[in-house]
Amino acid sequence: MIKAKDIIKSYGNGESRFQVLKDISLDIADHDFVVILGASGSGKSTFLNVISGLERPDSGKVFYDGKDITAFSDHELTAFRKENIGFIFQQYYLLPNMSVDKNVKMGADLAGNKDYKTMIEAVGLGEKLHKYPSELSGGEQQRVSVARALAKRPKVLFLDEPTGALDEQTGRQVLDYICKLQKEYDFTIVMVTHNLNIAEMANTVIKMNSGKISEIYTNETKKTAYEIGW
Amino acid sequence: MLVGIKNASKLIGISVIACCAVLVCTMFLNFYLDVQFIENEITSELSRVFYHAQVSTAKVVCLVSGGCLLLTALVMLLFYIKHYIDTHKKELGILKALGYSNLKIAKSFWVFGISTFMGTAIGYAGAFLIMPWFYALQNEDNMLPGITINFHPSVLFYFVVLPTVCFSALSVYYAWYKLRKPVLLLLKDSLQVASKPPRHRTEKNRELSFIEDLKRNTLKSKKALVFFIIFASFCFAAMTQMSFSMKDLSSEMMGVMMLVIGLVLAFTTLFLAITTVINGNTKTIAMMRVFGYSQKECCRAILGGYRPMSYIGFVIGTGYQYGLLRLMVDIVFKDLEGVPAYKFDFPVMLISLVCFITIYEILMYVYSEKIKKISIKEIMIE
Repeated sequence: MIKAKDIIKSYGNGESRFQVLKDISLDIADHDFVVILGASGSGKSTFLNVISGLERPDSGKVFYDGKDITAFSDHELTAFRKENIGFIFQQYYLLPNMSVDKNVKMGADLAGNKDYKTMIEAVGLGEKLHKYPSELSGGEQQRVSVARALAKRPKVLFLDEPTGALDEQTGRQVLDYICKLQKEYDFTIVMVTHNLNIAEMANTVIKMNSGKISEIYTNETKKTAYEIGW
Repeated sequence: MLVGIKNASKLIGISVIACCAVLVCTMFLNFYLDVQFIENEITSELSRVFYHAQVSTAKVVCLVSGGCLLLTALVMLLFYIKHYIDTHKKELGILKALGYSNLKIAKSFWVFGISTFMGTAIGYAGAFLIMPWFYALQNEDNMLPGITINFHPSVLFYFVVLPTVCFSALSVYYAWYKLRKPVLLLLKDSLQVASKPPRHRTEKNRELSFIEDLKRNTLKSKKALVFFIIFASFCFAAMTQMSFSMKDLSSEMMGVMMLVIGLVLAFTTLFLAITTVINGNTKTIAMMRVFGYSQKECCRAILGGYRPMSYIGFVIGTGYQYGLLRLMVDIVFKDLEGVPAYKFDFPVMLISLVCFITIYEILMYVYSEKIKKISIKEIMIE
């Protein structure tokens, strides 16, 4: 269970100081599929960074199963991310001089996962183990980053606009892989997006506006990427 | 101007190397030219032998030190230009797309020659400042008639004007050569373009851990940096050990001068190389930290591979200084009486090695603290 309590976060100094997150509180249940929806500048990515332990809030706390991660030292936070968190970013951030299997190994080694090639096969890249990122399409690169994040067997997977750099069809394919793998490995998903259609795939949708949560609702029946026609 | 003075100022390493090379070479070449004026005044056979030994020493030092440092400065210049083009691919691609020709863009790279000029000019001026003391030292026992310091325009031309012009011209040519790529290739993400197609790998390689693999990859991706690390430890080993031997073979002051030059060269090169390694891997380090790799693991993957290279440099430097001194004693000074026998100084080598390991490890610790400070948000800043 992830619990964010009274989160406030600002950027800048003096007159240019700008409050990005304005006293946000939120609970995320284990194994949930949460989408944080909002326009550009609504604070959704900052909120994702704070609850994933990438950034510290100015005030407020973030609890994982009762443990306050905002009180952790940098060393403890690193160890916490190692044990619990997986990340997928819009820009993939694969290591350019390392092949697909080595990129996935980056995540797998942290969990002592020797069976990381299964994950590469699970995202449909079994034939491209020794290809380099520059030899893959955008969709394939994002699937490598999915395999890399999941190879470390995270309890929570954070995704920041994972389909933002992909065309519709490729984005849909990537999302379907993620949903399929969630069923198999049973991790929690927290995804940030500005795409309204993707929200229909989630259990819980959190709408953000100007640094505040404006609406939270649950979808009775989740749809697949193909069903939402995205 | 596409490439500004600010960019040239980052080539401090070239300035330092050029300065050291010109300082040493100017002193010895000027001495070589001046000492020839007094050749006819030498009457005794002993003085003649001493004269020939001094002339040969000047030739050897100029060729060996000057050549070695010139080559290093050249490699450093080419490395910096390539590094500059690699890190500014997008900007250069946009300029090409706007209609700038390769030559027009490349022309602005002449400013890289300024760093050479700074180094050579300081080295030249520095040499003239210490020349009176150096001349006195070379003729300490008054075996030769008085040698006066003369200004030789050719030395100024060969050691200041020519390197500046050549390095500027070479910068323009190399930049032009590297820019001969299609615009789209430059505009593409530089990281992606830098990737190389896969090679056949052995089973053994496949079994390596990610950290070990990244360590190898970091070494392979920037071979010039490996050269600089080897060069830095080479300078340290050669110059420190040589400076101790110089106490017996020449004078204490000569030894101190050699030690100072060696340390300046070693630390400047090491500092620049390691800074480039870390700056070039900032995103990789940030991503590793996002995933949960510890600071120690990041350091091991990014910097660990250079440690064996530095030891290789130390071994080569030790061999080089032994070989050079052997050459001087056995060939150059062979007819001169009173030259002490030269043997490999094992205790000095050991002290030098301990000092090197200590300093290297302190530097690595300082850089690991720098790695600690890399924000994991670096990866989000594109």
